[in-house]
Amino acid sequence: MELIINGNPEQLPEGINAAELIERMGLANERLAMEVNREIVPRSSFATHIFTAGDHIEIVRAIGGGSVTPR
Amino acid sequence: MSSVMKTAIPRTADPLLIDGVEYQSRLLVGTGKYKDMDETRAAIEASGAEIITVAIRRTNIGQHAGEPNLLDVLPPDRYTYLPNTAGCYSAEDAVRTCRLARELLDGHNLVKLEVLGDEKTLFPDITQTLEAAGTLINDGFKVMVYTNDDPIIAKRLEEMGCVAVMPLAAPIGSGLGIRNPYNILTIVENASVPILVDAGVGCASDAAIAMELGCGGVLMNTAIAGAQNPVLMASAMKKAIEAGRESFLAGRIPRKRFASASSPLDGTFFG
Repeated sequence: MELIINGNPEQLPEGINAAELIERMGLANERLAMEVNREIVPRSSFATHIFTAGDHIEIVRAIGGGSVTPR
Repeated sequence: MSSVMKTAIPRTADPLLIDGVEYQSRLLVGTGKYKDMDETRAAIEASGAEIITVAIRRTNIGQHAGEPNLLDVLPPDRYTYLPNTAGCYSAEDAVRTCRLARELLDGHNLVKLEVLGDEKTLFPDITQTLEAAGTLINDGFKVMVYTNDDPIIAKRLEEMGCVAVMPLAAPIGSGLGIRNPYNILTIVENASVPILVDAGVGCASDAAIAMELGCGGVLMNTAIAGAQNPVLMASAMKKAIEAGRESFLAGRIPRKRFASASSPLDGTFFG
């Protein structure tokens, strides 16, 4: 199925959950936050949150920034 | 000859109080635009800042492979992180950014709200800023808000419940200094929450002027990160903030048009 991850369409297996996606992306040890279709998915729910085709997923972290706009 | 004893100047504690939390440093700094993580860490340390702003961005951008993570270089147990909505042009995007930041930082709810109106000026979009501030405050966030130097809007943001109001001194990254000191002064005089100058400072004297106007602190990024020697400028800014604060508390002499002698006029032995 297709998921939109950080703006890019990606092919992922049916039934994949948030924890598995993070693992596949090599981000398992990163401090990050996730939003699916504009709703926060808490890290504590990653293992039980199963995606459906077409979900828009944003995965973010903290980087250097100030009153400037790295875009 | 009597011994000369030097006594330390008694200094009362003068913390910056934001939402009931005391900070010893009145300089808040951004963590963007540095050459690398080593320079970031060295400059932040030299600045003495306790509150540092961070940006929230997609995991696939904004960091070079193999570079250490910001949270490892500047540990959140040592610094107060201030997630920043820089780059947001709508209330909705700013609110989403703050909610992601709160999740990322384990429920930490102090945020810097900045909703921009235009890429050329980076001036704030005030209608979107007011909307986002209302939503965030209702959602339990402690909002430090970037705004223009309009005393009416600054007071409105305070009345809504923002924990600090942060007017610009000049456009973000411009280094033009305090362009409208009288408006900043009016905002400070009207306020019962800290007023921090956010954006526009170019050099140490600009920071001192902001503090002499009675501001609670100054938030800056480009003035330090963009200096030829960022670590030295961070140290200069630290001193300027402290000097400006002491100068404000000490109370300056009134300006007069003509001279007034500083040595006694009586007892001269000549003429």
